[in-house]
Amino acid sequence: MITEAVLHNHDVRGHDVHSEDHHEHHHHETFISKYVFSMDHKMIAKQFLITGMVWAIVGGLMSVLFRLQLGYPNESFPWLEDLLGKWWAEKGHITPQAYYALVTTHGTVLVFFVLTAGLSGTFANFLIPLQIGARDMASPFMNMLSYWFFFLAGVVMMCSIFVENGPFSGGWTAYPPLSALGDASPGSKTGMDLWLTSMSLFIISSLLGGLNYIATVLNMRTKGMSMTRLPLTIWALFFTAVLGVLSFPVLLSGCVLLIFDRNFGTSFYLSDLFVNGVGALPNEGGSAILFQHLFWFLGHPEVYIILLPAMGMVSEILSVNSRKPIFGYMAMVGSLFAIAILAFLVWAHHMFVTGLNPFLGSVFVLLTLLIAVPSAIKVFNWLTTLWKGSIRFTPAMMFAIGFVSLFISGGLTGIWLGNSALDIHLHDTYFVVAHFHIVMGVASMFGMFAGIYHWFPKMYGKYLNNTLGYIHFWATIVGAYLIFWPMHYQGLAGMPRRYYDFSNWESFKDSASINAFLSTIAMIVFMVQLLFLFNFFYSIFKGRKVTTKNPWESNTLEWTTPINPGHGNWPGEIPEVHRWAYDYGKDGKEFIPQDVPLGHDESQH
Amino acid sequence: MGATDYIMQMFLVLAVIALIFLVIFQISKASEYVGVLKGAKESRKQTNKVNGFLMLAFMVIGLFGVWYCNKILAPKTQMFNGGPASEQGLKVDSMLMTTLAITGVVFVFTQVLLFWFAFKYQEKEGKKVYFFAHSTKLELLWTVVPAIFLTVLVVIGLRNWFSFTSEAPANALQVEITGKQFGWIFRYAGKDGEFGKKYYRMIDAADNSLGLIWKDTIVNRSNGEPQQLKDDKYTHDDIVVEQTMYAIKGRPVKLIINSRDVIHDVGLTHFRMKMDAVPGMPTTLWFTPIYTTNEMKERTNNPNFQYEISCDQMCGNGHYSMKGVVEVVTQAEYDVWAAKQKPKYLSVFPPAEAPKTDTTKAGIAKN
Ligand code: HEM
Ligand SMILES: [Cu+2]
Ligand SMILES: [Cu+2]
Repeated sequence: MITEAVLHNHDVRGHDVHSEDHHEHHHHETFISKYVFSMDHKMIAKQFLITGMVWAIVGGLMSVLFRLQLGYPNESFPWLEDLLGKWWAEKGHITPQAYYALVTTHGTVLVFFVLTAGLSGTFANFLIPLQIGARDMASPFMNMLSYWFFFLAGVVMMCSIFVENGPFSGGWTAYPPLSALGDASPGSKTGMDLWLTSMSLFIISSLLGGLNYIATVLNMRTKGMSMTRLPLTIWALFFTAVLGVLSFPVLLSGCVLLIFDRNFGTSFYLSDLFVNGVGALPNEGGSAILFQHLFWFLGHPEVYIILLPAMGMVSEILSVNSRKPIFGYMAMVGSLFAIAILAFLVWAHHMFVTGLNPFLGSVFVLLTLLIAVPSAIKVFNWLTTLWKGSIRFTPAMMFAIGFVSLFISGGLTGIWLGNSALDIHLHDTYFVVAHFHIVMGVASMFGMFAGIYHWFPKMYGKYLNNTLGYIHFWATIVGAYLIFWPMHYQGLAGMPRRYYDFSNWESFKDSASINAFLSTIAMIVFMVQLLFLFNFFYSIFKGRKVTTKNPWESNTLEWTTPINPGHGNWPGEIPEVHRWAYDYGKDGKEFIPQDVPLGHDESQH
Repeated sequence: MGATDYIMQMFLVLAVIALIFLVIFQISKASEYVGVLKGAKESRKQTNKVNGFLMLAFMVIGLFGVWYCNKILAPKTQMFNGGPASEQGLKVDSMLMTTLAITGVVFVFTQVLLFWFAFKYQEKEGKKVYFFAHSTKLELLWTVVPAIFLTVLVVIGLRNWFSFTSEAPANALQVEITGKQFGWIFRYAGKDGEFGKKYYRMIDAADNSLGLIWKDTIVNRSNGEPQQLKDDKYTHDDIVVEQTMYAIKGRPVKLIINSRDVIHDVGLTHFRMKMDAVPGMPTTLWFTPIYTTNEMKERTNNPNFQYEISCDQMCGNGHYSMKGVVEVVTQAEYDVWAAKQKPKYLSVFPPAEAPKTDTTKAGIAKN
């Protein structure tokens, strides 16, 4: 398969740009094999990206709907009922069942479909072969399967929105017994069966993808590309894949046990239950907490699965656009490694108030706060990378800087939450919502945007419109802080998360009064994202054409391919690598690409 | 407002949004053409200047925003609106302030550096970058310094953690609290000071919401085997109440937490305490209230103030309405309240009938 791709470069657009690869000619490639069941990692990356974007719109729209309820609980929006029907919006009010269905689906979709598949699916696929100098993935076929399992997971999730009792509504963490008992919550009926099916398909997709990424990075690097010459993007994507491969199976086992409890009368998670309207259930001896251990054993690594690719891309983009080497390359790799290890050792910090043994809790406090050390190293290394640089504010660079700002803000509140005595007070309040939206949600989104702005020219041979990019950046960072910063205060006022309405709570209604403001900003920020989407799709077709192979004057290998590389990436030989990826500003030279041999008089660093 | 007005209004809003989009798009397109005419370098120079300036502006306005947000929202937080209402809460708040101070300094320091560097080191003609790839000294510095501060925080934190999760003092008032969709049931041990046994198969939503074993009964286990439950006399004087529990100012109160159906969470934000209610696995927490409800009304300047128990774990569609109340009173007031409470047993089995019901399984009761 790969050799075939090498021999026959058959990218259509490659021809009208008249790049250097004229010598190969057409070959029976149908629409289906090129755009649908493609085995070209670049096409699969685009499939992941665009599917992720569709899910981002769906998930974003859901948040607009439930923010409408939170922000304007007393107002009626008759058009909502016209649009969505009575189940969702009776008399123009989002119903509680709809609210919880929306919150749950929003969380699931954004965490798994957008920030896992959409982020590492896109960039691992796109960048790994291009940056390590490979023709394609180790197994292009598995890679294709990975996308289609993801697609199927999406189809099932989408179906769940339309079933009789609505989609699953017990929160993205799906704790049983709530998630196990259809009688306890209508959302735990068919909706939950579909949720579990969808998640299982998704996990298969992640595993297929992850194994492939690992195999590719380990085995298919071009000549001279030792591990320590890898760009940090690849290191990050590599660790991400390792995290996924080791932790997703645990979630799968958790889901399988849940399926058993739901459908086959087992009692893994169930014990001593009396459900209103049903009576006492037969189950005895199970542990509801067991699921939480299984879930968070994936769940915590999962948050780093989401974050690491963003960290990797940001490291690369900061260095390229500061025209300066990344500071402390080995420390950056080392801290990624430390984070990857620690990610497996802190899961119970989500469970401090479940009745966990206090001594065990204290061990998790220690390990959790330990993560702040590699995080701090990364932040200071990024700052030092900017120091005395020569910064070009491309839109990608803006988002990378924004990422660092958000990572600092959200990482610092992690130190509050990781300290169990404080977490007792803050757990399951809006403080947690603020923490993870800033550090994971928005920060990783920024990493993703940075990646899109930076590699769009490589993906489509066109530029995105810069001005729209700047507007997108400024509106989003200002908006994100305006939405999530005040939420810390709501959390400190004790406001619990996952509340449909606060008006009956003497303790919270005062702090809830700023919700109208937050909701309004959320809607504006959502619209700004539409502007970005417009820019994206418009530019694919009508964007300014890229006329130089290396528009950002970058060192990494992807910029040595033709402007529109075909399947196989390099028309001729794969370039050999002679140096690391960060020789910017060395010996007075602007930049020295990785495939340039060492000069005689070149200084050692 | 009529339906057509409504639709017109919707269209108007959409039209305005579309128009704004169009204008933004046209401007962006035009500036792209200008950029092409000027050449890549020249236009980069200009956007660098603008964005570099905006980075600085964002930092200054952002820090001002942080200050302003704090000014208007901090008074609404638990720390400043009445303050902590338990001894434990005092420690939590002081730890919170220490953490805020440390992370706050780091926050300002790093954010200022970030945006200042972005502004200061924007590309300028003829300026060379400083090829600076690595420095062990610096890297050690920012490994060790954060580690030291984190150690301080861990020490404070674990001391509090172990104190909060320690055994409740012997004189603690014991209250059992059980979550169910969507409310709370409280039980006091009654005169004998002992909670009677309960079993979930005994639950009867109307009369025996907790499943107290207050008569001999045979229940069927899931494997079909009958199981004999023996009347537990300790249940007979247990007090069962819903909605509001009473606690005493200055006396530790220990909650024994259960759930009847799904996982709930006893959230006591004023006391800075919280613990999940897990079916099949009792949990506990304890704290010492330091203000009565009435005192808190004054402290918060809110005549409607209540110590609300919020369910803090997603438990179904009524989660947001799952409220309980802790009424903190003085010992004297508590005694008056307690004297008025009747054991649940007596209301379900009024004394005249009690013996009859009791003998249903007399044979078992005797052995
Ligand atoms: C300094 C590093 C960090 C520490 C010490 C930390 C600590 C914590 C703790 C203790 C919680 C549990 C809070 C609670 O539920 O009461 C939490 C929640 C969470 N954190 Fe972090 N965190 C850190 C960084 C991150 C990062 C980098 C991400 C993601 C990229 C992240 C994502 C999340 C998410 C998603 C949750 C909430 C999950 C949920 O309950 O739905 N955190 N964090
Ligand atoms: Cu975590
Ligand atoms: Cu609840």
